[in-house]
Amino acid sequence: MTIPDLQSLTGPYRIVGTSPAHHDFVDKVKGSLHYAADWQLPGMLHGRVVRSPVPSARITGIDVTAARALPGVAAVLTAADVPSNQIVELASGGLAELQVSMPVLAADRVRYMGEPVAVVAATTPQIAYEAAELVAVDYEELPGVFDPISARADGAPRVHEVGNTLVNWQIHCGDVAGALAAADMVIEGEYRSQHVEHAYLEPEAGVGWIENGVLTLRVSTQVIEHAATIAHILGLPQSKVRVIAAYMGGGFGGKEDMTVEAFLALLVWHTRRPVRMIWDRQESLVASTKRHPFIMRYRTGADRDGTITAQQIEIIGDAGAYPNLSPRVLFAAAACACGPYRVPNASITSTAVFTNNVPASAFRGFGAMQIVLGYESQMDQLAERLGLSRTALRERNFLAKGDLLPTGERLDTCVEVAETMHRAIALLGEPPQPSGPGKLVGRGIGCNRHPYGRTIWFRDRASAWLSLQGDGTLLIRSGVTDLGAGQAASLCQIAAEILGAPLDDISIYIGDSALNPPAGGTFATRQLYMSGNAVLHAAQELRDRMAPVAADLLGVPADDLEFVAGRVRAQRAEVSITLAELAAACDKRAISTAHLSTWRAQAGSFDPRTGQGDTFPDYTYGTHAADVEVDVETGQVTVLRYGACHDVGRAINPMRVQGQIQGGAMQGLGYALTEDMAIEDGYVQAVLFANYLIPNAQDFPDVLVDIVESGEGKGPLGARGIGEPPIGNVAATIASAIQDAIGVRPDRLPMTPERVLALLDQRRQT
Amino acid sequence: MNKRQIVLSVNGTDHEVWVFPSATLLDVLHDELGLADVRYGCGEGVCGTCTVLLDGDPVNGCLTLAVQAVGHPVTTMRGLMGPGEVMHPLQECFLRHGASQCGFCTPGMVLTSLDLVRRCVSQGRVRPTRDEIRYALVGNLCRCTGYTKILDAIEEYADQ
Repeated sequence: MTIPDLQSLTGPYRIVGTSPAHHDFVDKVKGSLHYAADWQLPGMLHGRVVRSPVPSARITGIDVTAARALPGVAAVLTAADVPSNQIVELASGGLAELQVSMPVLAADRVRYMGEPVAVVAATTPQIAYEAAELVAVDYEELPGVFDPISARADGAPRVHEVGNTLVNWQIHCGDVAGALAAADMVIEGEYRSQHVEHAYLEPEAGVGWIENGVLTLRVSTQVIEHAATIAHILGLPQSKVRVIAAYMGGGFGGKEDMTVEAFLALLVWHTRRPVRMIWDRQESLVASTKRHPFIMRYRTGADRDGTITAQQIEIIGDAGAYPNLSPRVLFAAAACACGPYRVPNASITSTAVFTNNVPASAFRGFGAMQIVLGYESQMDQLAERLGLSRTALRERNFLAKGDLLPTGERLDTCVEVAETMHRAIALLGEPPQPSGPGKLVGRGIGCNRHPYGRTIWFRDRASAWLSLQGDGTLLIRSGVTDLGAGQAASLCQIAAEILGAPLDDISIYIGDSALNPPAGGTFATRQLYMSGNAVLHAAQELRDRMAPVAADLLGVPADDLEFVAGRVRAQRAEVSITLAELAAACDKRAISTAHLSTWRAQAGSFDPRTGQGDTFPDYTYGTHAADVEVDVETGQVTVLRYGACHDVGRAINPMRVQGQIQGGAMQGLGYALTEDMAIEDGYVQAVLFANYLIPNAQDFPDVLVDIVESGEGKGPLGARGIGEPPIGNVAATIASAIQDAIGVRPDRLPMTPERVLALLDQRRQT
Repeated sequence: MNKRQIVLSVNGTDHEVWVFPSATLLDVLHDELGLADVRYGCGEGVCGTCTVLLDGDPVNGCLTLAVQAVGHPVTTMRGLMGPGEVMHPLQECFLRHGASQCGFCTPGMVLTSLDLVRRCVSQGRVRPTRDEIRYALVGNLCRCTGYTKILDAIEEYADQ
């Protein structure tokens, strides 16, 4: 089944560039997909985490007697029961960050509200809940620190003994002081973003059991490679831990760190029984990782004609109580801080700071998203001050292939950001008119440069195994996990394109650390780039190996063959065989019809002292445009029209590309205008889902999408990643539109009616 | 509190189940009857992933006690399908438009919008407007799609 109006126009391909409804869509629309919480086993227990109700305290005692005595309770475990009670996450690969480990269960100190202290298992969820309430923990509250500025001050309470500055990245090039002094115009600004909740609709969940002596977990996770960490925690050989990833009900980075895994593992190993754990939504709101709030300070120098000469940028991120992935998030922010613009002299610092807030970690966009508000605000302000159009100013400064980034890297793929800008604006049509008195309308744009693929120094790899079966059908095995973006289905499309197997004849097995070749986790917009290339190369290798056999059977040269619609046929002669016949012929000649391929990302290194070196393999560029109306009486911002355009290199499945862009933009609209995971003195304020306002169907208009296919990405067949990039542009785009409407630039997220009213007051006073 | 035996009519079949009076319809359908298309998302009646039809009206399974459903037929999304897993035309529209990404919200979206279209038809109207569909779906959250493809799918079904 294909979507006729979304066919890719440019591709020379048969399957790639079409939008088939693959196996995952069918199961989801039928309601027959089994998510992590849908698994039940005989004798299964129910797990629950006991969490700290305070943000900073010493644990002076834990009494589990009453909880253990409750009928139906099978286990109550504390730090003393954890064989190796530390998770060491060297998030930046060990470059320049403090080494701070996170306990699985807090032993003598809690550092954030919601920190796990004990874990229980019981015969029913209700008994587990009651038992958790009966675990008596004595807390002696300690002073805490709740914002990164205070945390860096002298004498601030220390979250960890080694200090509160987790990592401080530096990237410098040229002579910033000199260039700023010589600039015709220097502007500056400070921009702030907030804590944000992922709010995937499927809460964290999983089931664990022991099978053949192997601890097996089937969980909602982006990363099955955590199996190694779990083995370390339990003191087991890595071969004795298996992690299976269920298709996720959304993740957005929030299931990149472990969630339920370590707790399930402890309970299963201790009780020797199957255990299920599902976090309450309210528990997830309080204790799951969040998006980092950023403070972004920009100074930009430019010539009178709008050419940027220098930028000085300081980024500070609230890491919360433990490192998680903060070093890498703040690195991505630093590496992308100048956006899609040429900045010959740059000085960038990016700092992750510990506080007693809930840990921040990966969230779609990963640092490169927050800073779009910084660099795009500077562009709009510069345009205004110089009297240039916003588009002309940007075009004067856009990066081009061959340009150097502040890290000294040369861009080696095309930069079609100008094209995306013109197309995004074109999506909006004629400028809007105010709907009545007291209303102001405005139009805004926001461009971005977003990396895809892991940071280069991780030497990223992904493997995939393909096998043509005896009947001509195809198996794919890959450790890829599927967030719902079609990670698995896209691999099927690529294999179908090369080997000619009909999509219905392809089965894909994913997300199993024991049975499938490792693909790395699904994050960093890396899976199409990494696993897509692994599958592409495995399929090409298989085709090249089998083609001579087909050529021999058909009596034609091998280079005259095409693999299409389940057959291998000669292009110039009217002869063909089926893939089943080819598989049989290969079998007879003892030629393997299976192949394992490992794709390696380009290698490189980064020097954290000089801030020079390699950062990311490549980038996706895009622009969003919006029309808004502002009610001057209430400060309410209504988004009237919204358009988004990205260069995706090549759209493997245009419908899914469109879905990523629409969904990313909608999530970004929530970030821009409504969502705020406020934390007061360490206490999360939104303890109900009803208090945390993610966009509903009425809040915002349809996101109109246009796709540029430059064909120059580093993914399979020239694709670029599109999972994260489209959330990045939104806040800057809306801020740009509000500035256009009211003449004042919002510098703080979310742009609530109260804040917009304050800006309107500011305008009246000046 | 002791369990009691009740009979629930679900997707046209009667089920005898032992439940605590405090058990929610969501927990009984998902855990006791194994209906994986009725899902826990928030437990507050905010997100709509546990939507079922009770006497034909959409309700939140997390805010309904199982005992309240006695004598009131329950339909889950899988109950809309014909023998041999033949999809309901509205499900086919969801499939055609790519209206699922992670798929977690899909059953609630399908049931709520089906109810809207049926109410429109019973009022003698041709179909709901796009804005009426948006309004009907405010209790069914989606974090993946941005809603556009869901609205497109429902509009196509309503046009049929």
